[in-house]
Amino acid sequence: MARVTVPGVNKGNVMLFALSTCVWCGKTKKLLDEMGVAYTYEYVDLLAGKDRDAAVKEIMVWNPACSFPTLVLNNEKCIVGFKEDEIRQALA
Amino acid sequence: MSGAAPDSAGIDRLYAKLNAEAEKSGYHLNPDIEFTRSLVEGLLTNMCRYGYMACPCRLASGVRAQDLDIICPCDYRDPDLSEFGACYCALYVNTAILQGKQELKPVPERRGRKMVEKNQESMSTGGVTIKLSQPVWRCKVCGYLCGRGEPPEICPICKATKDRFERFV
Repeated sequence: MARVTVPGVNKGNVMLFALSTCVWCGKTKKLLDEMGVAYTYEYVDLLAGKDRDAAVKEIMVWNPACSFPTLVLNNEKCIVGFKEDEIRQALA
Repeated sequence: MSGAAPDSAGIDRLYAKLNAEAEKSGYHLNPDIEFTRSLVEGLLTNMCRYGYMACPCRLASGVRAQDLDIICPCDYRDPDLSEFGACYCALYVNTAILQGKQELKPVPERRGRKMVEKNQESMSTGGVTIKLSQPVWRCKVCGYLCGRGEPPEICPICKATKDRFERFV
């Protein structure tokens, strides 16, 4: 599955690496939807082969544990896990 | 990769099975039914995809030998329950969270880090020294033994509480 862009208020480059089966990732996605910000997400578990390797490599730059959700903001800041307050603050 | 979504009846069946097994063994499922059903759905999805119930909140390789530690219940459940009150995906929670006395917070990923072996010890028996990776705890009520960082919250055999365990080795 390719990256999906969700339209909304522009808060810069908001990239969510998620798993389709992960409830915490689902909560993060729902929070971004509620906040109405524009973001792009990718379900890494639905990728295979080279695509998956590339995504994992990209995540590991920010989060060596390669855990989910990994939210990368403007290629500057990374929030690992469903940390609601931190996400709200960063995208206020 | 299978695209079929697990059906509602299948989710209910697995939920009921996991819940009964947990309660029988001194564990608790997350009381947030909607949340927990979603996790169970993820387990079933992974069962279809990989042939085993990999943790829905972790990226499985699809190779069983590489994913053994994250097959639910994962290797990290008990230390996470002891330290954070919930396992990584929060399918399992402790009594305080079950009863709403403790807040459920994100649990950091323990996988890949060296497991904390703070109580590592050596045991001497008849001149032979055995190095233990974990301490051994003994339930003073029924004699159940387990080797882990801390005793379980509730003895899975006789249901005695954590404070009734003694350090055995």
